[in-house]
Amino acid sequence: MELYFFLFFAIVAVASSVAMILQRNPIYCVLLLIMVMISIAGLYLMLDAQFVAIIQIVVYAGAIMVLFLFVIMLLNLSREEGGVFRIQKPLAVLLAALLFLPVAAMVMSYAGGGTTPPADGGGAGFGEVEQIGTLLFTKYLLPVEIAAVLLLIAIVGAVVLTRKGTVSVGE
Amino acid sequence: MVVDPMILEGAIALVKIGILLGVVFTTVAYLTFMERRVSALIQDRLGPNRVGPMGLLQPLADGIKFMWKEEFIPASADRKLFAIAPALILVPALLIFAVIPVGGEVTIPAFTLFGLQIQETTTTLQIIDLNVGILYILGMTSIAVYGIALGGWSANNKFTLLGGIRSSAQMISYELSLGLSIVGILMLTGSLQMSKIVAAQDTFFEWFIFRQPLAFVIFVIAAFAENNRLPFDLVECEQELVGGYHTEYSSMRFSMFMISEYASMVAASALMATLFFGGWHMPFEDQVGPGLVTLYQVAGFLLKTGFFLFVYIWVRWSLPRFRYDQLMAIGWKVLLPLALLNVVITGIWMLV
Repeated sequence: MELYFFLFFAIVAVASSVAMILQRNPIYCVLLLIMVMISIAGLYLMLDAQFVAIIQIVVYAGAIMVLFLFVIMLLNLSREEGGVFRIQKPLAVLLAALLFLPVAAMVMSYAGGGTTPPADGGGAGFGEVEQIGTLLFTKYLLPVEIAAVLLLIAIVGAVVLTRKGTVSVGE
Repeated sequence: MVVDPMILEGAIALVKIGILLGVVFTTVAYLTFMERRVSALIQDRLGPNRVGPMGLLQPLADGIKFMWKEEFIPASADRKLFAIAPALILVPALLIFAVIPVGGEVTIPAFTLFGLQIQETTTTLQIIDLNVGILYILGMTSIAVYGIALGGWSANNKFTLLGGIRSSAQMISYELSLGLSIVGILMLTGSLQMSKIVAAQDTFFEWFIFRQPLAFVIFVIAAFAENNRLPFDLVECEQELVGGYHTEYSSMRFSMFMISEYASMVAASALMATLFFGGWHMPFEDQVGPGLVTLYQVAGFLLKTGFFLFVYIWVRWSLPRFRYDQLMAIGWKVLLPLALLNVVITGIWMLV
């Protein structure tokens, strides 16, 4: 049963990512990327990570991709605009191959029976909100705070950039 | 033959989903009727009263009419997206109902059906009690944007495109306030699970409307905006955008947009009842006999939901529409700071 679900989500994820790259229409690209996000959320769900799965949907599929779609609709980009710079394709192939190597190495190390997951699936309450919250506010407090400050800087920066030159209007 | 417990559990879940879908669709059908009758009441006219007794068969007549209408697709439309957009908005609206608890535990006595022995089982009147229930609801509401945005874009019409763009901006803006207004409740409950939120309101004075009144006001306003209902229906305002994102839709596809709008209204009303008005908990439950208490609770829950549906219609025919800049100003400059303030007040309240 679990295997079938895994296969379903995995095939959907891989197929939609491939289709997304081959697709020329940006709106379809956005939709296919959403399908990738949702099937990855399904994979998280199978790993008992309910919180991560839902956050994946809320943040990526629900918020970030809506902004993508919004911008594409606003600019009304129906086809890929010309002027794709020439070395993009070879560069993409090279980078993808470089990224693939460490992933493949990781997978191979697991395939040899190198590490087995804990038998109890990480203990009671694994992946639940309570446990993640406790960890975030104790062990990983500093990284969380740093990330929060970074996000705040980004928000303030975005506001400053958009208001540049229009500050005096109506004030 | 004794039925395997796992199969039994699955069968019960299927039955619950079937009943729930039936109830939701019937409610949606009669909500359109109720909207027309209540608007007539508010405007001092009669409303549809010809089909059947008191016009009660009107939704059926509407459904038949929708089915026989011509399905029209504009020549310049993106046919694939045009076809799936109504489904993209209907599915998330229906999925929300999966985590809403309608009642407490019920025990199904052992019985025999077609030679199958079914043991006594206990089940809750909720399809699934997710550990992250509230987040799941927020996730579904955030996905519902796509249906409207794509419906508006795919028709290749400037009015529908404007409606789609307006809706995506509006729904993103109000989602923040919607999510933040619930945070106070989560802090007091200490859980995201719907059953625990309901359990935290088991006595009348513990209902969150008394403990989180500000959050309730923010939640209601944000929910109205999320559902694109007046006074926030800029997405489909007739005077400016013809019909907004569904201008080019006809026949059953159009009716799917209507069904999903009303289904998300039902979901939002059920959420208001669940989060702020005690869910299925009712005052004087212990006075009702043990045989009737579940019935009393479920009836109470439906009554509360029905009341909020009435409020939706009431507001629609009482308040004029906001201007778009006013809508954004309210969302970002009023509701969001108020929701944050509510979180701070709740935090101080919990510490003192």
